[in-house]
Amino acid sequence: MTSQKSGTIFDKVWSQHVVSEETADTPAVLYIDLHLIHEVTTPQAFSLLRERKLPVRRPDLTLGTLDHSTPTTPFRSLADLQSAGASAAKQVTTMQDNCREFGLEVFAMDSPHRGIVHVIGPELGATQPGKTIVCGDSHTSTHGAFGALAFGIGTTEVGHVLATQCLLQRKPKTLAIDLSGPLRPGVTAKDVILATIARIGVDGGTGHVIEYRGGAIDAMDMEARMTVCNMSIEAGARAGMIAPDDTTFEYLYGRPRVPQGPAWDEAVARWRALRTDTDARYDKTLEIEGAELQPMVTFGTNPGMAVAINEPVPGYNGSSALRKALEYMQLSPGKPLSQAAVDVVFIGSCTNSRLSDLRQAADIMRGRTVAPGVTMLVVPGSQQVKKEAEALGLHDVFKAAGAEWRESGCSMCLGMNGDTVPRGKLCVSTSNRNFEGRQGIGARTVLASPMTAAASAVRGRVADPREFL
Amino acid sequence: MHPITSIRSCTVVLPMDDVDTDQIIPARFLTTTTREGLGQHLFHDWRYDHDGQPKSDFVLNSDAARGCRVLVSGRNFGCGSSREHAPWALLDYGFLAVISSEVADIFRSNALKNGLLPILVDGQSHQWLLDHPGTEVSIDVAASTLVLANGRAIEYPIDSFARYCLLEGLDQLGFLLRQEEAIRRFEESRSWTP
Repeated sequence: MTSQKSGTIFDKVWSQHVVSEETADTPAVLYIDLHLIHEVTTPQAFSLLRERKLPVRRPDLTLGTLDHSTPTTPFRSLADLQSAGASAAKQVTTMQDNCREFGLEVFAMDSPHRGIVHVIGPELGATQPGKTIVCGDSHTSTHGAFGALAFGIGTTEVGHVLATQCLLQRKPKTLAIDLSGPLRPGVTAKDVILATIARIGVDGGTGHVIEYRGGAIDAMDMEARMTVCNMSIEAGARAGMIAPDDTTFEYLYGRPRVPQGPAWDEAVARWRALRTDTDARYDKTLEIEGAELQPMVTFGTNPGMAVAINEPVPGYNGSSALRKALEYMQLSPGKPLSQAAVDVVFIGSCTNSRLSDLRQAADIMRGRTVAPGVTMLVVPGSQQVKKEAEALGLHDVFKAAGAEWRESGCSMCLGMNGDTVPRGKLCVSTSNRNFEGRQGIGARTVLASPMTAAASAVRGRVADPREFL
Repeated sequence: MHPITSIRSCTVVLPMDDVDTDQIIPARFLTTTTREGLGQHLFHDWRYDHDGQPKSDFVLNSDAARGCRVLVSGRNFGCGSSREHAPWALLDYGFLAVISSEVADIFRSNALKNGLLPILVDGQSHQWLLDHPGTEVSIDVAASTLVLANGRAIEYPIDSFARYCLLEGLDQLGFLLRQEEAIRRFEESRSWTP
């Protein structure tokens, strides 16, 4: 293992996983410690293995779940899969068949461990500092919150990792984003990352791994840090990382898949070294004043088109992209989003479906009701999150308010399972993408924090959560 | 994969920036378990109206676009999800190359692994291409050059290994499989195990 004199946390994790160095002619061969797989981006990779008569090289480093195409209505038998559509049902059964054939662990529909791939990895403690983690899903950047190097890959690369436990990679550049604290009340990790993307743009991180650091990050719990790293890809970044600290170790301690006993202490000692050295250089740096941030909402059709909730929607300023986005969103420049009527509220997705997210939303919903005409869907990130939320009575808060309480899955974030926003309807969503049609054909998405989403459900309009504090 | 040495084609221009993979292939078409047949859904919600009829104002539905194998798009093409269904859909439809001033990282990687050539050009050349839809271009993969109808040759950046694989029609898995000995040594030499 090469020990570098001076480097960023990214440099350190990268260099610890280089099987062979890159040259002018060939990329580096990078070893992967954890391969997370799900039903949507793997069937063609398993077909490739079959065609080439290859086994999965390290089944023990591969972990499967079902999340994207799965129904969020109660599951009793395989027939219930059909509620998400025949092809979605086939995808789920294909995944289970593939995992059985290749000897891989997969959390089946009735498993208490099943959930969104980026929720269950951390929950089980499979996600750990210093690991390289990949998945055929762009929001794999989530796991970087633990000081792992985690990034999304395509299906061909899923096949590469299944067959060789390695990927061919050119070393990305680094971007440090310093987020000073403290954040104001009502301003959450979601607002921080939406403000960051609004600042640097949806391609501001292209070719880079972002390291988030500074007082605002230090003060965040792990679930908040996951929300920040999750949306690194929405700035175009390859990955997001946060150096592990006591908050990280406390979160991981005692989880089923972390080292136990003396091995735990050894691991923590090793993890503590995963910090950027004071004299290390980044390719780019950016500073954001955390105390100046407000709750954020998107007004357009990509995550960079966001404003503080009390600011007006910006004018076109000659931008055809903004004009097109606002036409799609049926919003007018110069007016605040708080005038927009809400039809649907979605609380869920790998960005904001963990216990703290549900708790923040429930705190606003408690004793209040969903406004007339608004449909509200609450989808926990995993069956474990669901269980914990129910133990706290959060499901009763949501149900009493008139919201629907569902089984875990990606659900309305991308509408693959039949949970969609009807055409033309406006949805305040805690998910990560407001692309045209993302939540359903013609659906209009406003991305926001769980608090803002809950406040909007109560008001029936895009609402400032600080009115409820 | 077939070797790709050169492409000569008219261009189709999709001028918007930040074309995301949800536009290239909406998520509801990802429930497939194969990679074939996705071209029919390429740009589906821009291409077809509510009744499934082709929208006359969408460029792919124009007569001029027919048979063109090179797509010119605004900046940051292919942003969003990691779905390889995006390059699969573009290839299945018939595109062989996408030209832009910037292409999102994961899309670019996925495209190269399937023989869809992502070509990055400078801002000025990009604007010229956006302003001249239907222009004839030729691409020389070995020389990494894009030649415009006026004869101007633009050298574009491409990873040398990816270019080699395109020219030889090789997939990268073969190369990785040949690293088995090094991978095994790496696993044995680690001071900790995942």
